[in-house]
Amino acid sequence: MMRKLEFILRRLLSFIFVLIGVSVITFFLSRVVPTNAAALYIGPRARPEDIERVSKQLGLDRPLPVQYAIYMRDLLHGDLGTSIGTKRPVLTEIVDRAPASLELLFTGMFLAALIGVPLGVLSARWQGKPLDVAVRTISIVGVSMPAFYLGLLLQILFFRNLDWLPLAGRVSTDLRFTNPIESITNFLILDALLTRNWVALKNAAIHLVLPALTLAAYPIGLIARMTRATMLEVLEQDYIRTARAYGIKDFIITYLYALKNAISPTLTVIGLTIAFALTGTFFVELIFTWPGLGLFTVRSLLNVDYPAIMGMTLFGATAYVIINLIVDVLQAWIDPRISLK
Amino acid sequence: MTAVPALSVELETQSTRTFRHVLSVIVRDPLSLASTIVIILFILIAIFAYQVAPYPAEGAGKTNVANTMLAPSAGHILGADRLGRDMFSCVIMGARPALIVPIGVVVFAILIGAPLGAIAGYKGGWVDEVIMRITDLFLAFPSLLLAMAITSALGRGLQNAAIALIISWWPWYTRLVRGVTISLRERYFVEAARATGVRDSVIILRHILPNTISPILVQATVDLGTVILAMGGLAFLGLGTQPPAPDWGLMVSEGRDYILKQWWISTFPGIAIFIVVLAFNLLGDTLRDIFDPRQYR
Repeated sequence: MMRKLEFILRRLLSFIFVLIGVSVITFFLSRVVPTNAAALYIGPRARPEDIERVSKQLGLDRPLPVQYAIYMRDLLHGDLGTSIGTKRPVLTEIVDRAPASLELLFTGMFLAALIGVPLGVLSARWQGKPLDVAVRTISIVGVSMPAFYLGLLLQILFFRNLDWLPLAGRVSTDLRFTNPIESITNFLILDALLTRNWVALKNAAIHLVLPALTLAAYPIGLIARMTRATMLEVLEQDYIRTARAYGIKDFIITYLYALKNAISPTLTVIGLTIAFALTGTFFVELIFTWPGLGLFTVRSLLNVDYPAIMGMTLFGATAYVIINLIVDVLQAWIDPRISLK
Repeated sequence: MTAVPALSVELETQSTRTFRHVLSVIVRDPLSLASTIVIILFILIAIFAYQVAPYPAEGAGKTNVANTMLAPSAGHILGADRLGRDMFSCVIMGARPALIVPIGVVVFAILIGAPLGAIAGYKGGWVDEVIMRITDLFLAFPSLLLAMAITSALGRGLQNAAIALIISWWPWYTRLVRGVTISLRERYFVEAARATGVRDSVIILRHILPNTISPILVQATVDLGTVILAMGGLAFLGLGTQPPAPDWGLMVSEGRDYILKQWWISTFPGIAIFIVVLAFNLLGDTLRDIFDPRQYR
């Protein structure tokens, strides 16, 4: 128990160190690397007096440590800058748009775990058999397919050719008039459920299928192959052989005895793939016009909305570091061998 | 000093033996062989793009309005795009930024990352601590997000996108080479060199780095797929190659508005990315099996 706490404490300490480092890097990218940061912060129609004003405000004429202090002071006040494109604070944009992205991310990751883990287990159980070959093909195709291309292919297939699913968006545009969703959490699926708005629920759900599937493709591939690898390793261990020798049913050995010990590495992969999915949302949200953080970031990139880009970079990196921390701590909790290292 | 040359000769024969072993495994495995051939073929096509493309001028950006949105046919087997450019030529020319540049990115990432990793692993102590903490900071970012931020700080364009990807990828090689170096540091040939008074810089250059080549090559093969995807992604978002120059990611993006009718514009460059990445991933898997059979089966 003490070792566990010590491990978690140590991870928390390095977490704080990394966060400070991340802020230093984004500081350099936002203030030091561009030749005229102030002009970037105002946008294309900057007048000389505006540039001078903003230079002062950002402290661009002051020494670097002072500039960094100003940058950090703003950050700690929750000031991530103001988007040139929407004229709103970046933090407000994040709060408004996070539910849409999280809804997509959760659904995608849930799909990935739901499909990826069983595929990996089956593949290991039937190693070398056609099923194994099929799963390995799926997983290598999954990790080799660019998300921005897969999204288009799914749109062509399910919208143009089959007409089963909508092309893009979070809900149909006319839903606002026929069955408006009352906003409670801004997670549309959840809100529709809570208000028993079944028409809206179905509408939101079918809009979620293609984006979530596109986002899940890479994680499915990664999770399936890692689950397979760890399962193969576990299935060779002595206690499994003993269980076999005792004549315990194959089903129980695979799904109860082996999977339990393969879960911890699988959890790491799932954590890792959330990180991949984080950048995956940029492409998925762009292709499916999904009104989340990814679409906001991509539009900022395209319009050179510099405050928004840098705010989102810092936010994205922080989210990534936090996810990694959570995975580490969870793992230490599940698998005592890790904190003993 | 006499012992040192003898040992390095022994190592050399060992590394040629490994190379021959790798070749024999690849030749015997049809998938790996096919992947290798595909990769070599694509690289050759990219290098000789001007000679291979049927309409090299159109592939380089020259418009041909008469052929706008031409469907695939005998004369233009992959059709033509919005500006009437022959898609087949565009896909061939697009291989340069989409495939050759990522290879360059990985090479530069190795040239920066590997020596740093060797120094960190060999020296240990505060040098190790400083190098690795800086490495950790770069690894704290999702690679593609960092590359996007750097590209927008430097300004969009192929060259800056490549620089951004190098900055995002070198830490992986530092971490890898450091690990290998630590395991090499205690080996006899390194200790023998140290005992005979060979300078640290020479030990790192002559004895450590040559022995990290196999793991680096495995990692590079696996990474190339990811870097090609990242480069394609940057181009897709308009941060990489600027039109009218062709680039697979950019072409997929340009065809996005027409996917419902003129499907060929996005389809073929997308397939090109997929095939190349698939080939690198398959080959990477085989190499990993050879060099690290325990971890991946």
